[in-house]
Amino acid sequence: MNASAQVIPSQARRRRAGGMARREAIEGYLFILPWIVGLIVFTAGPFLAGFLLSFTDYSALQAPNWTGLQNYVKVFHDQNFYLSIFNTLYYVVLSVPLGMVIGFGLALLLNQKIPGIAFFRTAFYMPSIVPAVPSIMLFLWILNDRFGLLNGFLSSIGISGPDWLTSPSWTKPSLVIWSLWQVGGSMIIYLAGLQSVPQELYEAASIDGAGAGRKFWHVTIPMISPTIFFVLTIGIISSFQVFTAAFLLGSGNYGMPGAGPLNSLLFWVLNIYQQGFYFYRFGYASALAWLLFVVIMLVTLVQLALARRWVYYEAETPGR
Amino acid sequence: MAGRVLRYAALIPLSVVFLAPLVWMLSTSLKTDRQLGLWPPVWIPTPPVWLNYAHAWTSAPFALYARNTLIITATAMLGQLLSASAVAYGFARLRFPGRDILFIVVLATMMLPGVVTLIPTYILFQKLGWLNTFLPLIVPAYFGAPFFIFLLRQFFRSIPMELSEAAKIDGASNLRILLQLILPLSRPALATLLIFSFTGNWNDFLGPLIYLNTQDKYTLTIGLQVFLQQNSTQFQYLMAISFLMSLPIIVVFFFAQQHFVRGIVMSGIKG
Repeated sequence: MNASAQVIPSQARRRRAGGMARREAIEGYLFILPWIVGLIVFTAGPFLAGFLLSFTDYSALQAPNWTGLQNYVKVFHDQNFYLSIFNTLYYVVLSVPLGMVIGFGLALLLNQKIPGIAFFRTAFYMPSIVPAVPSIMLFLWILNDRFGLLNGFLSSIGISGPDWLTSPSWTKPSLVIWSLWQVGGSMIIYLAGLQSVPQELYEAASIDGAGAGRKFWHVTIPMISPTIFFVLTIGIISSFQVFTAAFLLGSGNYGMPGAGPLNSLLFWVLNIYQQGFYFYRFGYASALAWLLFVVIMLVTLVQLALARRWVYYEAETPGR
Repeated sequence: MAGRVLRYAALIPLSVVFLAPLVWMLSTSLKTDRQLGLWPPVWIPTPPVWLNYAHAWTSAPFALYARNTLIITATAMLGQLLSASAVAYGFARLRFPGRDILFIVVLATMMLPGVVTLIPTYILFQKLGWLNTFLPLIVPAYFGAPFFIFLLRQFFRSIPMELSEAAKIDGASNLRILLQLILPLSRPALATLLIFSFTGNWNDFLGPLIYLNTQDKYTLTIGLQVFLQQNSTQFQYLMAISFLMSLPIIVVFFFAQQHFVRGIVMSGIKG
């Protein structure tokens, strides 16, 4: 047998294995190619472009000129900017904690296998299924100051209800009320978290003589803290970006689209929308958008940092 | 025992509070002008004015709006399904350098506030000449939405590798494995994807608001908002259209509750 013609079996195996691995890698990249292209064209590209745009005076009518930090200076001198921050924070600070408490409370109520529990779960969850636009239309009617259901109900118990939608001081609370009707979504997440707490922990606590209260604070809450953290983080991020509901609630003959009486519903994203799509000040609006992004990122980072203190994670199950 | 009574004592009034607005929507839609302002409120108008629905539907081109919404929703759903399946398959079943890092990027973009890319993306579509067409609302769906990629990838990973190994030995390509093995086994996850894609597109407001400028292109969300501007006192018509617009989603919900719940829980599990 000619020695040079002999191929050492292990080398051949490695070459075959290397070829297969390379083929698999190429196919892998091909399969995820749509996402990669999308990432560049619709995410990373626009992301960077927005950053650059914020330093120009680009409007739909003229080519962009580099203006440096001028947009940002303008932003910090703009009354509407500070108003939009106030309105946004008002909404976040009111709707997120209230929503979490109510959502969690409902989940606790539902966390029992009693007859009819599925009906109640559906009852609480269904409102959050209704599309936002019809849902706001419904609330425009319910909150109507003269014929609405809410004021009618209040008057029947002797309270004269406010002008929910036309008074500048009540428009944001109206929006918060609407947002609370939607807690079904987060309730479902809490419920799943509650149901995944192992029964053995409660039993062990009982054996140690713990009553319901201590079981709640020392078993339930720690075990569900990751879920709470998740809902809190997502809740804050999304309420910072409130738009559709606010836009519709504030629609009406107030001049500027969707800002409500005395701009009481002028939220950050709505301001961006107005500046960008009403005034076509793309450069300025991009600066506003970037500031919002930075704020959201900072808030999220602070939350992540604080999470170490109060969020309790079980050890990762091995093999995942 | 007392605990149970207390629980029902809380659950029943609360569910009344949560359901009342929906009942009210239906009830209002069947009222006459005069009945709208009555107090105590009429919960079941007699006789119910079903004609309101016909009036409301024909008082604005809602059939057109519905058609537009359906076209956009259906094509976007198809795109989400195809792209998320392919990309998730790559992340879940294939090995390639940088796979795990890239998947972390997918997760990161899930959390990205959309507002930052809003204006540059608009400018992009403007340059492409796609303004006032359905394209900006459809085309991005064909490139893989992070949440759906995540959803499917988790599911695909739970399918034993031995099955695809066996198929490979039989000479099947990755594409065949995806189409004939993985997808049929993933029906629950695909159902969840389709449901969330449906609701996301059906309910989309900001997208149509900035990209669709002429009435012939409006979707139901925009059409309903324009209708509000023009008929701000005829709440029975407003409620009728609102109810019609919510109906498809409520129906889907009743048939596929567990898929809804799974989608929401999946997004929570990741946290």
